[in-house]
Amino acid sequence: MSAPIRKLLVANRGEIAVRIIRAAKELGIATVQVVSEADRDMLAARMADETIEIGPAAAAKSYLNVDNVLDALRRSGADALHPGYGFLSENAGFARAVTDMGRIFVGPDADTIERMGDKVNARRAAIAAGVPVVPGSQGRLDDAGDALKLAGEMGYPVMVKAAAGGGGRGIRVVRSAGELAAAVPQAIAEARASFGDGGLYMEAFIENARHIEVQVLGDGKSVVHLFERECSLQRRRQKVWEEAPAAALPPEMREALCASAVRLASAVGYRGAGTMEYLYDPARKAFYFIEMNTRIQVEHPVTEMITGLDLVREMLTIAGGAALSMTQDDIRCDGHAIEVRINAEDPARNFLPSPGPVDRFEVPHGDGIRFDTGFDAGSRVPPYYDSLVGKLIVRGASRAEAIARLAAALKETEIGPIATTLALHRALAEVPDVLSGEVSTQWLETWLAESPPGL
Amino acid sequence: MTIKTIEAILPGVIYLSSSPDAPPFKNAGDKVAAGETVALVEVMKSFLPVEADAEGTFLGYSVESGSNVEPGEAVCRIESTQ
Repeated sequence: MSAPIRKLLVANRGEIAVRIIRAAKELGIATVQVVSEADRDMLAARMADETIEIGPAAAAKSYLNVDNVLDALRRSGADALHPGYGFLSENAGFARAVTDMGRIFVGPDADTIERMGDKVNARRAAIAAGVPVVPGSQGRLDDAGDALKLAGEMGYPVMVKAAAGGGGRGIRVVRSAGELAAAVPQAIAEARASFGDGGLYMEAFIENARHIEVQVLGDGKSVVHLFERECSLQRRRQKVWEEAPAAALPPEMREALCASAVRLASAVGYRGAGTMEYLYDPARKAFYFIEMNTRIQVEHPVTEMITGLDLVREMLTIAGGAALSMTQDDIRCDGHAIEVRINAEDPARNFLPSPGPVDRFEVPHGDGIRFDTGFDAGSRVPPYYDSLVGKLIVRGASRAEAIARLAAALKETEIGPIATTLALHRALAEVPDVLSGEVSTQWLETWLAESPPGL
Repeated sequence: MTIKTIEAILPGVIYLSSSPDAPPFKNAGDKVAAGETVALVEVMKSFLPVEADAEGTFLGYSVESGSNVEPGEAVCRIESTQ
């Protein structure tokens, strides 16, 4: 598997398929696009050299159907497959089947996907590599003395919950030793009453947590990082607005954070593009590894905008057997980039999905502006897949410049007649908390609840 | 007595039960309350209820579970008591 890729099957759809085809064309790689019945005319299908239909509209019967995608790979004569994000991109069994056919899976090997895609295994690998994870009790706690000692080590606030409980039941947030001493006997009694087991679990409670993630790239021998992104603006755990770098991170923490991601990726001999996700606790000034994504991510363009590197191109050359084209010293973080996800959802109607025609499709242009999409004027956004219509990405010399550029570019953008989240982004670009960066993963939902329905 | 047709409002994939193993939301002859869920439409990874807009007696579905529907397409019929 050390020959450069000649023909690539794109096993995804929408904007990421377009993104992959562009990178492949630049490398002189022929492209075959898989399509469902609903996607025959999508932009990526028109750009690819060939298309292969893999089933009905429903994703379960097409893009998620392992047998159909493997059959397309066999028939296409492609020597490699790029899975994009979502769908089968983190399915270890699928990756293994591709390799077993003698083709290249553009991504890490199946064993790595299995190991790092599992939260418990990934947490174990992180601890072994000396990467901090959210501090918590090793086993169960049965008395107040042990709890007080541990809480003293990790600092307040802490969260106490029944070891046997699931979900959010029986969770207490405790802010001092006095409160904890009182809470533990109560929590034990309640846990015994609710679950028949008085064992407790305790972990650090991270208030105003920020979502920060590190982009890594490995060739199986060496690993580099491409700095971090911040994606704290989320609704229902879906990222809405992403930035690079993370403005809230002190410089010395940035270095430690990125070094930890490289350490973890190196420990597993990582090959391809990957992202280590962390929670950042502004009060403790500490970061904690939560999980790894073993694929390209939706928000990868903000990293490309500040580093000038092409992540998808690197993925393709590494998969073709090449070593990393750069060393850590070659990678610079220059300026500030922001991406907003423009979704076919109506913010005035509680984000009701809004599939349908995009007869009007005006996207902004100019220095420091990029628009990634799988649609163009006259396209239809089908109801069968996610609601992403396009990603507006801007870069400025500073964060303030990037936000000003974003606000101006959003005013130039018009998509219709379907409803989109453009109005949400136009509003966000003027909110004082967003301008000052005073946000957390809870901020957007709180703000939405307090905002007028039309924004 | 009038026969009312309940239509899909959004396009997507229609499901006539709450999960693949569950019985259908309604069978012919069942009573239906106004606002009751008679089907689900999967649209952009969200499951949105199709609700009866009047009370009455359920007559039957006009679509198959798992099929694609378009806005305005008939989902089921109800004999309204109003």
